Amino acid sequence: MKYAYYPGCSAESTARDQYMSIQEVSKALDIELIEPKGWTCCGSTPAHHSDKVLSIALPAANLLLAKKMGLDMVVFCAACYNRMKVANYEIRTNPQIRKDVSDSLGEDYDGSVNVHHFVEVLIKQIGVKKLQESFSHSLDGLKVVNYYGCLLVRPANITNFDDPENPTLMDSLVTIMGGESIDWPHKVECCGGGFALTRTDIVVELSSSILGMAKAAGAQCMAVACPMCQINLDLRQSDINKTKSTQYNIPIVYITQLVGLCLGIAPHKLGMDKCVVSPKPILEAVTSI
Amino acid sequence: MPLVINKEKSGTRLLQAVKELSGVDVSGCLQCKKCSNGCPVTTLVKVTPSEIIRRLQLNLDNSILESDLVWMCASCETCFSRCPMHIDMAAVMDALRIISVRNNSVKQKGNVPLFNRWFLKTVNMFGRTYDLGMIAAYKAGTSSYFQDTNKFPMMLKKGKIALFPSFEADKKYIKRIFKRTK
Repeated sequence: MKYAYYPGCSAESTARDQYMSIQEVSKALDIELIEPKGWTCCGSTPAHHSDKVLSIALPAANLLLAKKMGLDMVVFCAACYNRMKVANYEIRTNPQIRKDVSDSLGEDYDGSVNVHHFVEVLIKQIGVKKLQESFSHSLDGLKVVNYYGCLLVRPANITNFDDPENPTLMDSLVTIMGGESIDWPHKVECCGGGFALTRTDIVVELSSSILGMAKAAGAQCMAVACPMCQINLDLRQSDINKTKSTQYNIPIVYITQLVGLCLGIAPHKLGMDKCVVSPKPILEAVTSI
Repeated sequence: MPLVINKEKSGTRLLQAVKELSGVDVSGCLQCKKCSNGCPVTTLVKVTPSEIIRRLQLNLDNSILESDLVWMCASCETCFSRCPMHIDMAAVMDALRIISVRNNSVKQKGNVPLFNRWFLKTVNMFGRTYDLGMIAAYKAGTSSYFQDTNKFPMMLKKGKIALFPSFEADKKYIKRIFKRTK
């Protein structure tokens, strides 16, 4: 199984742990990930805040690299994933945008490269059976809330990830790993995303509501699939506790880190030591099968 | 915010500009308020998404650009996702932000446009984002030097933030894209 893999800028900085865990999990499951040479930023929120053509041309530039490699694109960051899906959609449905984008790129891109989230690859391509056979460890009843956030599931007609109000892909993954996936109402709420630096007050409000619901649901940890959600909920947890007089102590991990643990990979290789809130409850729960 | 009807020519121009930039026709809005009820910042703002649409429909004046929601919208797309008339509210908000920056009518907390500018500048410079450079520039621009400084040593120690920008991106290509687009 071979894919073009777009790590996204955060993989080199705030989400190094996400990058490490994907590399390890792919190695263990024989998924070959090839980074397009010279890949560039997808533009994220600042691009679509500023200029529509730029916001499509930036992700399209990377999709064009994947097209030249003749491979489907795999992404983990929900923002990059969303921008690439939107770029494909706009280019396929809006001839003027396609023309403007090809002027900007210097060559035409037809919007044809398939974009998958890494979780989709695990569940839909690798499949439940192979995953089960590959797992040497179990989450052994660990209570996990899965947090999908915004950009994986919305807009549903463009991302086609899962049900936009009650997605279950990550939940099924947790169940296969032997964890107890808790049904909770904040799966697709917003954490404040790109306001991490500019409006931390908004991030504190929104993320505290998510953490509060996770605690009320009895979660021992939260699994995420987006670097921005991870940093807002993990790094800001102490600020939230201070501002809101709460005592949340919920480890926030990438779902790929949980998968890695179940594949028997050493925690430090998955970047578990980079979590700000200690992931000890998770490490203690993992048992060999 | 009370809905004051103060119809001016500028309102018609704004509706037209939003339509041109976003490709969205807001005339189908039924004011069911699903967008406002689902909006994560709805309890924090004075002007809700459905009110923005109503003001646009009524061709009200440019004061919409100064609505707090314009720069407090997190682009989570819940509004668009739940709209029974498939009105892409998130695209409308993008259009309002672009017009607001063009008109210099940003007078809001957080200075999101400054962050956006530095984000895109580092992308233009290095091909990928450079967190430390972007954060330093934003802090200098907003004089918020001490916010979060206590977190940097821990993040550096954990390798949760890169010291240097990436040198592997295709800078020539990205410069071309920025040059041709702007």
